[in-house]
Amino acid sequence: MPDNIIFIVLRRMRVPLLALILAYAVAVLGFALIPGQGPDGSPQSMSFLHAFYVVSYTATTIGLGEIPYAFTDAQRLWLILTIYLTVIVWVYSIGALLALVQEATFRQVLAERAFVRRVKRLHDPFLLICGYGDTGEALVTALLERGQQAVVLDTLEERLNALRLQNLPLYVPALIADARRPGNLLKAGLKHPLCVGVAALTSDNEANLKVAITGKLLHPEAKVICRADSQEVEVNMASFGTDHIIDPFATFSIHLAKALQAPCLHLLHEWLTSARESPLREPIFPPHRGVWVLCGYGRFGKSIYRRLHEEGIEVIVVEATPEITGMPREGCVVGRGTEAATLSEAQIERAAGLVAGTDNDVNNLSIVMTAKGLNPDLFVIARQNSQDNRELFEAVNADILMHPSSIIANRIRVLLAAPLLYEFESLALHQPDDWACQLVSRIAALVNERAPEVWEVALDAEGAHAVHRALEAGRSVRLGDILKAPDHPQRQLGVIPLLLIRPRERLLLPPNDLKLHLGDKLLFCAAKGMRDLMEWTLQNEHSLEYVMTGDRLPQGYLWRALQGRRHSPKLR
Amino acid sequence: MNPEKVVFGFFIVLALTLNFGFVIGEIDNPTHHNLFELFAVIVVNLIATVLKFGDRTQMGAVLLATSLVALLQLFAAAIVWGAAAHVTGTGLTASVTASIVSLSAGAMLANVISVVLLVIETALLRR
Repeated sequence: MPDNIIFIVLRRMRVPLLALILAYAVAVLGFALIPGQGPDGSPQSMSFLHAFYVVSYTATTIGLGEIPYAFTDAQRLWLILTIYLTVIVWVYSIGALLALVQEATFRQVLAERAFVRRVKRLHDPFLLICGYGDTGEALVTALLERGQQAVVLDTLEERLNALRLQNLPLYVPALIADARRPGNLLKAGLKHPLCVGVAALTSDNEANLKVAITGKLLHPEAKVICRADSQEVEVNMASFGTDHIIDPFATFSIHLAKALQAPCLHLLHEWLTSARESPLREPIFPPHRGVWVLCGYGRFGKSIYRRLHEEGIEVIVVEATPEITGMPREGCVVGRGTEAATLSEAQIERAAGLVAGTDNDVNNLSIVMTAKGLNPDLFVIARQNSQDNRELFEAVNADILMHPSSIIANRIRVLLAAPLLYEFESLALHQPDDWACQLVSRIAALVNERAPEVWEVALDAEGAHAVHRALEAGRSVRLGDILKAPDHPQRQLGVIPLLLIRPRERLLLPPNDLKLHLGDKLLFCAAKGMRDLMEWTLQNEHSLEYVMTGDRLPQGYLWRALQGRRHSPKLR
Repeated sequence: MNPEKVVFGFFIVLALTLNFGFVIGEIDNPTHHNLFELFAVIVVNLIATVLKFGDRTQMGAVLLATSLVALLQLFAAAIVWGAAAHVTGTGLTASVTASIVSLSAGAMLANVISVVLLVIETALLRR
């Protein structure tokens, strides 16, 4: 494939080059054959060298004159012919080359080549993202913010142009290509040893399925993360071992149920998983009592309905086309919900909550506005389908905004960046809500109105060099030691250890006096900047020593030798 | 009948025959070697080379390589001749003629290989 370009150029330039050679040959031969005259009138025939020289400067329109002697009329006649012949052939050849360079197929080949080269040269782990819609965009932004690489495939040129225009911190190789074709996935580095995963995020379920299968077959170690909008596809994907299947509607309704049962736990989840540096969200308290009105009984509506029903909440469904979507057992109000009459029929005046969950953004906005006019105290959940309408949904001021794309992107980001966070959340589910409330207030005290940073540390040679060496040397390091500020060991860093994982042990909120073991994995959360400070203690032996004993270790061989003679070698 | 094969066969064989015509004769006798023939060999070889551009087959690649070798030798011969006649001013002495002819003899060898390859390909394909 890489020599494609040379072949295309050569094949296309064959005729122009032949024309050039022939024109030159005819012109040169003519000058060599036509008899000339010296200044003294003696016959002087032009040599090939001079003939080639004259033709060369004539063909390129440089025109140095009549060399070596003034031409005879016969030579001038031939020169006229030469000028028109060679200049026209040159123009034709250059035109052919320019046309080739501008041709769409040629440019596509060039772009593809550059893309393949870029991907080959990646030397950081990267995620292959198929589909650069709202979800892909949100995911790429989130990944790059954390310094992770991404490679993007999409079929639409305009989407990739949007990617180029975005001000991203890293270069993202992108190609216009159909991800359903395995060849394109290979070009995008599916078999690259640093490819950590494939995310299939197109809006086409079939395409996602195809990408998932290709990923699993061709690079079994890579994580395959898929978006699935229907139960059927989800089951299919799970059948061949897709690592993570994300159904945005199911994910959202689980969160809603969590918010109903345990508001603090839900808030904790929101804070820990929200993008770094984003403003902290306010806690939400969806009403438990009273009726909920649910507009739209599609995939999203059904999922919400089931959850609310499980919570024992009465739900009145409003659906425009129940013959297509089906309806719950109690029946439904037929209508779109955008008119006051339909909403009144659904008893909006006495309702406590409203879910505007159709797949049409304009209708959802209209539902929310009409309903708020009828009942200003409503708790509103609005579904936003397109990223373009963000400002509108912000203006309508819903209590919860459900945006499928950002839900998926957020989930994938957490899956990739901090898999321990999921472990933490599944353990936290078994804790009482008070426990979560306490943790939330601890976090709130640490961070300044901004979402905390959540990160993992593995106590191995790479993740924590200094601690690893100390533990190997048989010294005991406590969790509290690495939580000390590297410049003032009396002070603690504002870092909360959330989870500690060892073989056969999981510890929520491990205590400070806990002794660390080799190979422990820890999950921390803190305000911005704390992580870098903690890295000092983890990686730098001198910092660790200072934090643990208050001693400053001699750094060079000489000093160490001197020190060793003076003191007993208690430090080493 | 493939017209591309006809054209290429024509030019590569013509290159060989012209080359042979130029080389034959006493090696150091300038009257035995016509410079117009050398010019013709160069032009025909150039055409044969360009005709092989963009040929993706193994045989096409080898033929392109042999044509390029022939061209290299012929250009060297032309430069020697041009330098002797115009730059150093020694003219076509016996030694200069000998080097021109030996260089183009090398080109002829490359052209022979091209023709042999062409014949082998034709014989193998038998179409």
